[in-house]
Amino acid sequence: MASITLTSVKKTYHGNVTAIHGLDLSIEDGEFVVLVGPSGCGKSTLLRMIAGLETITTGEVRIGNTVVNRLEPAERDIAMVFQNYALYPHMSVRGNLEYGLKNRGTPRPEIDRRVLEAARILEIEPFLDRKPRQLSGGQRQRVAMGRAIVRQPKAFLFDEPLSNLDAKLRGQMRVEIRRLQRTLGTTSVYVTHDQLEAMTLADKLVVMNAGVIEQIGRPLDIYADPQSLFVAAFMGSPGMNLVDIERLRGLVADLPASIPSGTGTIGIRPEDIALDEPATPHFTISATLEAVELVGSESLIYANAQGLSEDVVLRSQGIHRGNPGDPLTLHIRHEVLHSFLRETGRKAAA
Amino acid sequence: METKRTVFPNKVLPYLFVAPQLIITLVFFIWPATQAVKSSFERADPFGFSTQFVGLTHYIRLFQDPLYLNSIGRTVMFAIAVTAISMGLALLFAAAVSRLIRSSQFYTTLLVWPYAVAPVVAGILWWFLFNSSTGILAYMLRYFGVIWNANLNGTHAMILIIAAAAWKQISYNFLFFLAGMQSVPHSLTEAAAIDGAGPFKRFWTIVFPLLSPTTFFLFIININYVMFDTFGIIAATTNGGPNQATNILVYKVYSDGFIGLNIGSSSAQSVVLMLFVIALTFIQFRYVERRVNY
Amino acid sequence: MVENRPFLSILTHAVLIAGVIIVAFPVYVAIIAMTHTDVTLNSGAPLLPGGELVANLIAVWTFDPPGAPPFWLMVWNSTLMALIIMIGKIVISIVSAYAIVYFRFPFRTLAFWVIFITLMLPVEVRIIPTYEVVANLGMLNSYAGLTVPLIASATATFLFRQFFMTIPDEMMEAARVDGAGPLKFFRDILLPLSRTNIAALCIILFIYGWVQYLWPLLVTTREEHFTLMMGVRQMAGAQKVDPQWNIIMTAVVLAMLPPVVIVIAMQRLFVKGLVETEK
Repeated sequence: MASITLTSVKKTYHGNVTAIHGLDLSIEDGEFVVLVGPSGCGKSTLLRMIAGLETITTGEVRIGNTVVNRLEPAERDIAMVFQNYALYPHMSVRGNLEYGLKNRGTPRPEIDRRVLEAARILEIEPFLDRKPRQLSGGQRQRVAMGRAIVRQPKAFLFDEPLSNLDAKLRGQMRVEIRRLQRTLGTTSVYVTHDQLEAMTLADKLVVMNAGVIEQIGRPLDIYADPQSLFVAAFMGSPGMNLVDIERLRGLVADLPASIPSGTGTIGIRPEDIALDEPATPHFTISATLEAVELVGSESLIYANAQGLSEDVVLRSQGIHRGNPGDPLTLHIRHEVLHSFLRETGRKAAA
Repeated sequence: METKRTVFPNKVLPYLFVAPQLIITLVFFIWPATQAVKSSFERADPFGFSTQFVGLTHYIRLFQDPLYLNSIGRTVMFAIAVTAISMGLALLFAAAVSRLIRSSQFYTTLLVWPYAVAPVVAGILWWFLFNSSTGILAYMLRYFGVIWNANLNGTHAMILIIAAAAWKQISYNFLFFLAGMQSVPHSLTEAAAIDGAGPFKRFWTIVFPLLSPTTFFLFIININYVMFDTFGIIAATTNGGPNQATNILVYKVYSDGFIGLNIGSSSAQSVVLMLFVIALTFIQFRYVERRVNY
Repeated sequence: MVENRPFLSILTHAVLIAGVIIVAFPVYVAIIAMTHTDVTLNSGAPLLPGGELVANLIAVWTFDPPGAPPFWLMVWNSTLMALIIMIGKIVISIVSAYAIVYFRFPFRTLAFWVIFITLMLPVEVRIIPTYEVVANLGMLNSYAGLTVPLIASATATFLFRQFFMTIPDEMMEAARVDGAGPLKFFRDILLPLSRTNIAALCIILFIYGWVQYLWPLLVTTREEHFTLMMGVRQMAGAQKVDPQWNIIMTAVVLAMLPPVVIVIAMQRLFVKGLVETEK
């Protein structure tokens, strides 16, 4: 097990397309780090650079105390779980688990011991002699995990490992991966575009966009205090309501004075908009109801306010009964506002 | 041209891997081809001591030579007849087989094996059938008053090689037509059926138009087959005779060069054929669903 | 789809039965000829089998036709030639496709086009110069001369290239993370995955080698290297003076038997190989 350190890492393709713009990141020993971002943001490229599947244009990647820039993937002592699992179709599950160990010259008794142990942990013992095509998606996923575990590597690298599973299985496997990683204590880097997965798995979350890191932090900190418009919009489902400040001023006379100068956009989380009047300082917006989505325990209400370009979404506990066209009064407390600078889109300092 | 996203970093290994193929290609394909082009512009003295550049002389002679023009004419006739007959019958059989479910495999098996019959063997089989003294078809024709003799009658000889060449090619065309028909989505014919189109109408208005890439591909392949792969058929039956009636281009280039030892003319003929194949290959890759994506 | 057109069903079967007859008739007549004496054959064209099959089979195996080596030797030569060509083409094609797909190296595209060019240069358009090259290399009248110049194969290379491109990129990445280098990956992963393609191609290429006629005709002048195709051609040519049609047709049927049996026995693989190499 080891820490992973990236220093000014840059990736340029064909000399002109830059995928990663000089990026620094340090991952502690035993930490579970999730790289999240939209497709094309460079998160997979970054992971593959750590794995040794992509070359590093400039900068330095260290695993433990070793600079690995020029090492083959196999020499970096990492294991990887791929999105499509990449199980060897002609080998049995056992063959898949053993292959990496055999290539490393691990003694036979040790191979058998590790394979059995991994199979036990992942509950795939009954399938050891089957071929991958005879397994369900979830079982294949476990085999792919097993192939990583048996190697007892310095780090696990996960490249969207759950995105080929259906929603229910994805939820189960998410919990399981988290538990497994806690038990083994292996440093892990996990790439996903699914912000829910990112929130639930990460010790440390890295939000990426267009080849740069937007924000690093604990998942809840990032959710509560997004440092940029991009993070604000990307994290959370439905995302934060983002309203142009000038339009908001046209609608609300008593906006709080605490909004910093230079602010261009105000963000409000859907759960921070109330239909009932709160006790603390707030302002109100009059709107009409557009649509209601009942999601079981809560309702998502889409409201249209005259003068705003997009519908405002709010989250309300329980079942909201209402019809399109109903008038609504939206109550927004002063302390829930997020202000972002017009110039840069970064968070405005208070 | 694409590779895998990640490639092996080795520098020498890939050269070792392509070397055998490249060496054979260079030594036995590209070098001889350039020699053919070179000697088509040269004349060697009878003792082979010196060669002289003669420009387009061989080509001009070639296209003024009535025997060569005759050979072109014969080749065109042969190619059209073989392609039309073998593709037509293959299309008919494929359409029939694709209507069947249970027995389709059975008929397919009985129709595909001639692919594996060598041209030489196909030639001898038909030669035997049409043989004036022992052949059953010659015997039957005599019954209708036709005195069949492919040894003497040029038309008879031509019919013989057309039959043999078309017969052998049916299986190939059949398989590709069948594969093409099986890839026409069922939903289309079903929609047409609901729209009131009967089986024949469905075939001609839906299936056949959708087969046009296959048809075009087969057309090119058949022309190629008739031009080059029928050498064995001619060699086993008519040897280009009687009186040049079946001396198609590929046989003539062989007999003029290898038997007649007329190197200059044979080389010029080679180059003409080469241009023809290059054109066919170009058309095939330009307009037919491509085998290569680069 | 519900379709109740008995007439059309009958027509369908009628067309196919006619087709099968057209396709099978020449071979049927040949097989009938195998069962008669030359005297019977020369006096008429029998349509029903006679009793001379075994005699003719024995005769052909011991037959030493004029201008050709003994029959068994030609069978041996053809088998050897077809097998060497088949194996040679597969080996050199699979490794060159491997290099082109899994490596990046200077002149990679050039190498690809050089291989492509072989499609445009069939032996028929370069007969004499190719003969000269083989003669200069001292390869006339040898198994090497019969086979090596034929084993370059653009189609097989393209087939393998196409197939390799369909293997997920992650397969090789996973293998590399697992510590497999290029040779190990080829041996442990790529070859086993290519089994079906190799088998299908084997059928097509065996037939290709078996039916060769022009090339052996050019490079062999001594009888001991004659192939079966040359032999049956020789025998058929000799019938004008000595019409032993029973022996000739027996030889012809035997000469076409191996590839035909392979096609029928392994029809599925054969169709796969044929349709995929041409696409």
